[in-house]
Order: sequence, then C-alpha cells, then structure tokens
Amino acid sequence: MATEQQQLPDIEEYKYGFREKDVSVFRTKRGLTEDIVREISKKKNEPEWMLNYRLKGLHHFYKRPMPQWGADLSGLDFDDLTYYVKPVDNQGRSWDEVPDEIKDTFDKLGIPEAERKYLAGVSAQYESEVVYHSMKDELEKDGVIFLDTDSALQKHEELFKQYFGKVIAYADNKFSALNAACWSGGSFVYIPKGVVCKTPLQAYFRINSESMGQFERTLIIVDQGASVHYVEGCTAPVYSSSSLHSGIVEIYVCKDAYCRYTTIQNWANNVYNLVTQRAICEDHATMEWVDGNIGSAVTMKYPSVVLKGEGSRGSTLTIAIGGKGQNQDSGSKMIHLAPNTSSTIISKSIAKNGGNVTYRGKVHFSPKAKNSRSHIECDTLIMDDQSTSDTIPYNEVLNKDISMEHEAKVSKVSEEQLFYLMSRGLTEQEATEMIVMGFIEPFTKELPMEYAVEMNRLIKYNMEGSIG
Amino acid sequence: MTAPELKINDLHVSVEGKSIVKGFDLDMKGGEIHALMGPNGTGKSTVASALMGHPKYEVTSGQALLNEQNLLDMAVDERARAGMFLAMQYPSEVSGVSNADFLRTAINGRRGEGNEIPLMKFIKTLDKKMNMLEMDESFAERYVNEGFSGGEKKRNEILQLMMLEPKFAILDEIDSGLDIDALKWVAKGVNSMRSENFGCLIITHYQRLLNYIKPDKVHIMMQGRIVKTGGPELALQLEKEGYDGMKAELGIKDDETVEA
Repeated sequence: MATEQQQLPDIEEYKYGFREKDVSVFRTKRGLTEDIVREISKKKNEPEWMLNYRLKGLHHFYKRPMPQWGADLSGLDFDDLTYYVKPVDNQGRSWDEVPDEIKDTFDKLGIPEAERKYLAGVSAQYESEVVYHSMKDELEKDGVIFLDTDSALQKHEELFKQYFGKVIAYADNKFSALNAACWSGGSFVYIPKGVVCKTPLQAYFRINSESMGQFERTLIIVDQGASVHYVEGCTAPVYSSSSLHSGIVEIYVCKDAYCRYTTIQNWANNVYNLVTQRAICEDHATMEWVDGNIGSAVTMKYPSVVLKGEGSRGSTLTIAIGGKGQNQDSGSKMIHLAPNTSSTIISKSIAKNGGNVTYRGKVHFSPKAKNSRSHIECDTLIMDDQSTSDTIPYNEVLNKDISMEHEAKVSKVSEEQLFYLMSRGLTEQEATEMIVMGFIEPFTKELPMEYAVEMNRLIKYNMEGSIG
Repeated sequence: MTAPELKINDLHVSVEGKSIVKGFDLDMKGGEIHALMGPNGTGKSTVASALMGHPKYEVTSGQALLNEQNLLDMAVDERARAGMFLAMQYPSEVSGVSNADFLRTAINGRRGEGNEIPLMKFIKTLDKKMNMLEMDESFAERYVNEGFSGGEKKRNEILQLMMLEPKFAILDEIDSGLDIDALKWVAKGVNSMRSENFGCLIITHYQRLLNYIKPDKVHIMMQGRIVKTGGPELALQLEKEGYDGMKAELGIKDDETVEA
C-alpha cells in the first residue's frame, strides 16, 4: 500500500508567465472617456464614419447595464484599464524589422518556427497593434486579403464598410459596444469568389501590458464558393491586476462557401475574457467554430452561427478548462432561420481544483426552419470533489418539422483508471494528463496537422504541467 | 543480473474495514511460474491488487519485498517501475488515448528521460508481439480497451506484459472469458516471457490454462491464506476432486467466504 498519497502536480501554474519590458511608444490614460475614443481614432487616422461608430458604441456602453446572467463580473473595474497601447510605430513586415524584445516573446511561443515551416500567413497581435504580418505570395496572387484590421480599413475602406458591424451590431451587448468604441487590431480576411485556401491562415494574439484592455476586432468574409480555415491562438503573461479581453469576431460566409475558425484562448488566470463571435451563413454555406478556452479568470463566450440561408450548416466544437478561481461560461448558439439547416454543438469541459465550468447554449428554430436538425453533446470531466459544472441549454422551437438531440455526460477521473495507468509505470501526473488529453482528443485532432504539435504542447503545458 | 526475488510474509489485507487476506506467504524467484487457485471469495484478487498498491486495499500487516525493496512503501507507479506488473481482471478503458501511445509513454516512463525507446524500435517490437498474440494491426491505434471484447482486453493485458517486460507479473484470472484459441495465444505470450529474469503468478479457477502454461508450483488459497502447496499435479487433483474434496482433506470446516 502506498503510505503517502502523492501530491497532485499543480497544473494551474501558467507556463507562459514570462513578461517582457514594456516597449510601447504610445498609451492612453486609464479609464474610458470620449476624449480617449477620439484620440484613438485620430491616432489611427480613421475616416469620420468610424469615429462616429466608435462614439455610438461608447454611449451605448455607458448606458447599457452589466449582464445579469452568466459569470460573475463584479471584479471588473472599467476605470482601472488602459484602452489603447501602441507598441511600435510601424508594422513589421519581415521578421528582421520586429523589435528584439517582442521577438523574444514570440520566440518563446515558437511562432517564427511555425511560420517558416508551414504557415501561409502570420499576423501576430502584440498588445493592441499588429506588429508582424506576412503572407505567402500565392494568397496575394489569388486576391486574398489578410491584413490587420486597422490597415484593412485604410486600404480597403469600401469592402470594409460593407461588412463591418453587420454581423454583430455595436448595440448587441455591453461588450460589443465597448469593443466598437475602442477596438484596435485583429485580423481582416477576405477570400474572393471560388478561392480555396489550402493552408490555414494563422494569427497569434498576446497582451502584455498590465491592466490593459485588448479589443481586437476580426472580420472575415468568405465570398461565394470560397473556402478558408483561420487559426488563432492566444497566450498572455501573468499579472496581478485584472485585464480585460473583449474581442469581436464577425464572419460572413456567402453562398456555398466554407469557413472554419479555430481558436485557442489561453489567457493568464486574471484575465476577463468576454468575446462575441458570430457568423452568418447564406445558402448552403458552412461555418465551423473550433474553440478552446484554457486560461483566464472568467470566460463568457458563445460562438454563434446564424443559419440564414437554406441548407446551411453550423457546428461548434469547444473545450473549456476551468481551474482554481476560474469560471468558464461557454457554449454556442445556433439560430436556424431557413429550411434544411443543420447544426452540431460538441462541448467538452474539464473542471478542476475547485474551478467551475458551465455550458450555456441556445438552439433556435424559427417557423421557417422546416426540416432542420440540431445535435448537441455536452461532456464534462470533473477532476476532484471541489470542482463543479453546470449544463444550461436553451431551446426555442417554433416549428414542428425539426429534430433535435441533446446528450449530456458528466464523468470523474476514476480511481480505477488512475490505478490502471499507474500500474503500468505512469506517475500520477502522467496518468492524469493522459486521461485529460484523451478526453479532449476529439478537439485536438481537429487542429491543423501542421500546427498540432505546437498547439498540443501549449494545451499540455498550460493545463497539466509538462509531459516532456 | 541475479534472478529477481519476491518475498511475501504474513500479509493481511482489509477492504473497507473488512479483513480479507489473513496471513498470506509466498516466495517466488525469477524463472518460476506459480499458480494460485482457490474458490471464489478467498482473497486471491485481493492479494494481487494489494501487491500492486490499489488504494482501496489496505495492508494492515505483513511484508512484501521485491529484491529486498519494500514494495508496500512505494506508490503504484514506483512498484511498476521496480518491476511489478498486474494483468487485471477488469482493465480500465481510456478514451482518446491510443494503445500505442499508452504503451510508449509507459515504456519511456520506465526507461527515464534521455533514454526513450527509439520510435522505429518501438514499432517493430510492438508489431512482433501483436503478431504473436494474433492481434490485428488496428489494435495499436484503437483507444485503450475502449470497445474491446472481453477476450481482446485480456490479450491487450498480455501485450502490455510483453512490451513492459516486468520482473514479476500477476495474471488475475487472465483465462476468464477466453475461448480456446485466445487461451492458446495468451499462453504463447506468457511462455515467450519465460526466463531467469521473469517470475509469474497466475491466478485462476481452472486447471485448463495450466495445460498450456506449465507451473512450477501450485498454491491453494482458502479463507485468506495459502492452505496447500504442491506441483502441477495438485491442480489436476483439484480438477478431479473439487474444492470440497480439498477442504475435507485439509479438515477445513467452516465455509466462511469473503468478497474477492
């Protein structure tokens, strides 16, 4: 008999908690005022309409109350945040032009290596501006636009204006209003008609300034019959006071087009991660969200698909890992508005060290959504007796001609499983890691092959300590 | 390398406060194969789980030494790395983890950092052993025990045994639920392990398996301890007379049974 219970490794420790000296060249004062919004817009040399849009967002933000549902946001102090930090004056196009300190941070995350080997284009957001941005020639030849959102506004204003804010209005919720007011950075992607991007487009995001809000704004337009897979990973260093990440991702998937958006949210444990992600699908279009939420103090995130066109399809595959002091409130929304539409939601959650994970999802079938179907699966793995999970599905069914399945399963890491693996020589840590990695395997296997090793490592380090 | 040695002295084991194993003694050396037989509920599986360190099984007194190291002071994984192996009656399923990944992690855990098994060598060894057990190639990529039939699980246990090459293995009713072909493959696997550096304790109800794996010693366990030890002929005698005959011979009267 083992006389001493082995200490479970502390898998909460944030492995990318290194932090670089602040190299910003411009930052706004703390708190959010109209002057600050004007200053941001002026600094970015924006057209009038964008400034007006920001101001509308700001005023809506002021008057909109905090959401009274979901995670506890009481620790969030809007007056104690910096809303805009610009790290360098010019955007680096090649690796050589990127400042060394920023480069070091990226090196630690392994970006250049990934870029060299496989990536079609990298757009890494450091603080609020994109400092590094590159694209492979083939993409440019096909007319694909892959820029940071600020540059896209300057260079492709007409196209930009046509879609910006159309999927998610500034008045959608308090945080979309906040983002509208002070958005900065993010990716802008346009895939022209019929263009099929064979390699995924990638962007890394990273915030590195204490108490700094990051409000990136991503807009992806996939034109008729086109196809793209966009990948985004996030890590942030550990800080003592809370940071806010409140991004917006808008995706427009035109007729017969396909879009997959893969994201790994890996914020430090004091970050509030409140993101609005939504896609609209036209006829026979397909939208897939692959969404991983690992770090952060609080996450509220429900990637949505509006199935507007006949025969369109939406799917969400999420993992959420909630540890000590964390509250992961995530899920998905599928809004069926047309006939013959289908959706799938697969949610995998892990709660440990007293953390809480909540699945919150909504499936809506409108009167027009005849012959439509939805399949929902919620799997939760609970690692100890202190951790909790909730499953909160909302279903709105306004016509009879639909089918819907909902499966929910909660399991615990069992003594038997641990004993079995340990009896083969795995340490308790390795055994636990193996069970957890197995549990999220349906997610990790969906990551792009070329990138899977790096992403897997990231998940492993952050969740479980290192396997080696 | 001298032959490994397993010494168990006066082992007492309780499960949830209930005393099940009451003074179990056993000496085994590398190169030996012992069979442990006995009616249901006499504590055979309890001995096996307790030696491997299952947290539910509490050793209340006694000693278990592997090459003079105190097994009972070690965590489960330390016992495994010291050379113990338990082929389980009901192996767990691990979803999302392939058999091959699991085996490689286990092997590398034993070998230690910087001394990992080369990938090609691992694959070749795995192919060879799977071939011997007549296991389809797909088993390497299937998730650990998930959706395996009873017989497949048992063969998978033997595959792990062959890949991990422990000093001592306990096979807990490895023959239950096996058809005659599978029984032969399992026996072939175990026999291939025979060497001075490997000892094996086979827990079984039936003499049948012992036709294929010839034991050096047969122990009969009743009421939490070994009541009789002999050669292979003891198993044959048991097959003929049954446990009742054995009880009568040994003068064991009360039929106090315990949970396995």
